[in-house]
Amino acid sequence: MKIRTESLSKTYDKKNQALRELSLDLNLNGIFSIIGRNGAGKTTLIRILSTELMPTSGKGFINDLDVVEKAEVVRQEIAIVPQEARPLPWLTPLQTVSSYLMWRGYSYREAKEKGKEALRELGLEGKEGEKSRKLSGGQKRKLMVATVISSEAPVVFLDEPTTGLDYLSRKELWQLLSKMKKDRSIILTTHYLEEAEILGDQIMILDQGKLVDIGGIDHLRSKVKLPYVLKVHSGNFKIEDDEVQVQPVSEKETFVYGSASKIYGLVPYLLTNKMKFTVEEASLSDIFEQYLGNEEEGGNDEKEDW
Amino acid sequence: MKRRIGSQIMASILVNSIYAMINYPVILINTLLAPLAILAVVTFASRGTLLPVAAVGALIMNMVSSGTSLQQDLSHLKNDMRLQDMIVSSPTSSLVYVVGMAISEIVYSIPTLAFLIILNVLFVKTTALGAFIIFLDMATIFTFSISLGFFLSTFTSDIIQSWGFSGILSPLLTTIPPVYYPISYIPLPYRYLAYLSPTTYASEIAQSQTGFYSPGAIGFAVSWIVLLSVTIVLTYLALKRSRWREN
Ligand SMILES: Nc1ncnc2c1ncn2[C@@H]1O[C@H](COP(=O)(O)OP(=O)(O)OP(=O)(O)O)[C@@H](O)[C@H]1O
Ligand SMILES: [Mg+2]
Repeated sequence: MKIRTESLSKTYDKKNQALRELSLDLNLNGIFSIIGRNGAGKTTLIRILSTELMPTSGKGFINDLDVVEKAEVVRQEIAIVPQEARPLPWLTPLQTVSSYLMWRGYSYREAKEKGKEALRELGLEGKEGEKSRKLSGGQKRKLMVATVISSEAPVVFLDEPTTGLDYLSRKELWQLLSKMKKDRSIILTTHYLEEAEILGDQIMILDQGKLVDIGGIDHLRSKVKLPYVLKVHSGNFKIEDDEVQVQPVSEKETFVYGSASKIYGLVPYLLTNKMKFTVEEASLSDIFEQYLGNEEEGGNDEKEDW
Repeated sequence: MKRRIGSQIMASILVNSIYAMINYPVILINTLLAPLAILAVVTFASRGTLLPVAAVGALIMNMVSSGTSLQQDLSHLKNDMRLQDMIVSSPTSSLVYVVGMAISEIVYSIPTLAFLIILNVLFVKTTALGAFIIFLDMATIFTFSISLGFFLSTFTSDIIQSWGFSGILSPLLTTIPPVYYPISYIPLPYRYLAYLSPTTYASEIAQSQTGFYSPGAIGFAVSWIVLLSVTIVLTYLALKRSRWREN
């Protein structure tokens, strides 16, 4: 699948710039993770690409189809779970999934069958006949995911699908998404950076409506100054070196960030002093922090009209 | 895959009326109370003489209520549940969505409609042609209010706003204008104000078929022309100017 934007901008209420001249050109097989701080513009971008929201200027394309001009065609190909979507409380989970499928044009019977299957895949089969208002928060979220993955849409947008899911449910969903990505493309936003890293074949960092960087995890790692981390199991490990960054994490642990040569250069010292440690490549969280952590005030200026 | 428009329409009907009615049967009488209350007041206050007018008036009110409840239901599904976002980016077009939702409002008020139709058959004297004209009249005012409801709902951004709209529309369109009583009951200078409401024309058409008002051929034609024009304009606005995709 191809996603392309040309100077895509969105300004809400003539003053709140959510996207600023965003241009990207992506050939995607699998999962595209979009990360960024609260208010970075992730939802805005997804809503424009899924034909829900008009851009203020610029263009967006899904598989070379203009999301404004060719919206009707694009809509045949996509399905979305919006960030704030909730199941209707007066429907049962099965009614929720099957009615969505009927809106996509499936017959009543097909919709029921596929609905049951999707609920089973998300571990909701016991809840089929209950009213959705009786589901827990995480179960409601899973139900929303079930609606779109049961559909035939080859391009699926999931805006924070795992928020509120317990750790095991999240891992189950990862497996499900990894299975799904074989025959469709998934565009996903998340605040769980571990998830963005594990799932994302391509990862995009957005900040204040602008593209910070985009690419696979190795590409992102190659762009930061400190791509390796040394985790020393000691609270008072100190070194004097401008080219590494020492971060005491707790009484028991200190992280040291640096280049490969710097980090591996420390290993002999640790060995002779019989200190316990591990060396790892920087995770997406580390990279994210290096990209965005040094700003004065993070995120977008959240001005509320009171 | 082959997409069935019938299924898409049925989905709206199931979600917005049938599943709701099955899961919460108490709402079956929900739509009956408002028209019944006014009907009772008008009938008792007129010592029964206005029962036929009020019976037809209650039908008109029921049609208008379908539009105001459509407006509320759509606002709720759009703003609180974010369902409309999912529909907008699905193969269902706004027209198909609204047609389904409009039918769902009729289905939702079937118990009320059945009751009012029986009441009309029992107490309203008219000819077969008259009954047919009343039917067309109802269909027109239904189209008018559904279009209005959809148009407004796409501009609401929260439920309080949508309560505001329906709270204003319902009395302005049904309780105050001469829907439950003949227009001749309004003193002259104020009578012209009544003509600001499209329901006045709908009720003149209905009342002309039940012998409570004789507008003459020209008056009758004028009522139809105004009612149809307003309906066409609103339907056009609903189809072309609604904010299906957000700005
Ligand atoms: N409907 C709206 N009207 C006005 N401003 C909006 C609207 N939606 C979003 N914004 C603003 O646009 C900016 C980007 O919001 P967006 O929802 O795209 O962020 P996000 O990256 O999805 O954040 P989060 O991680 O919190 O979901 C924010 O500053 C927000 O205040
Ligand atoms: Mg968001």
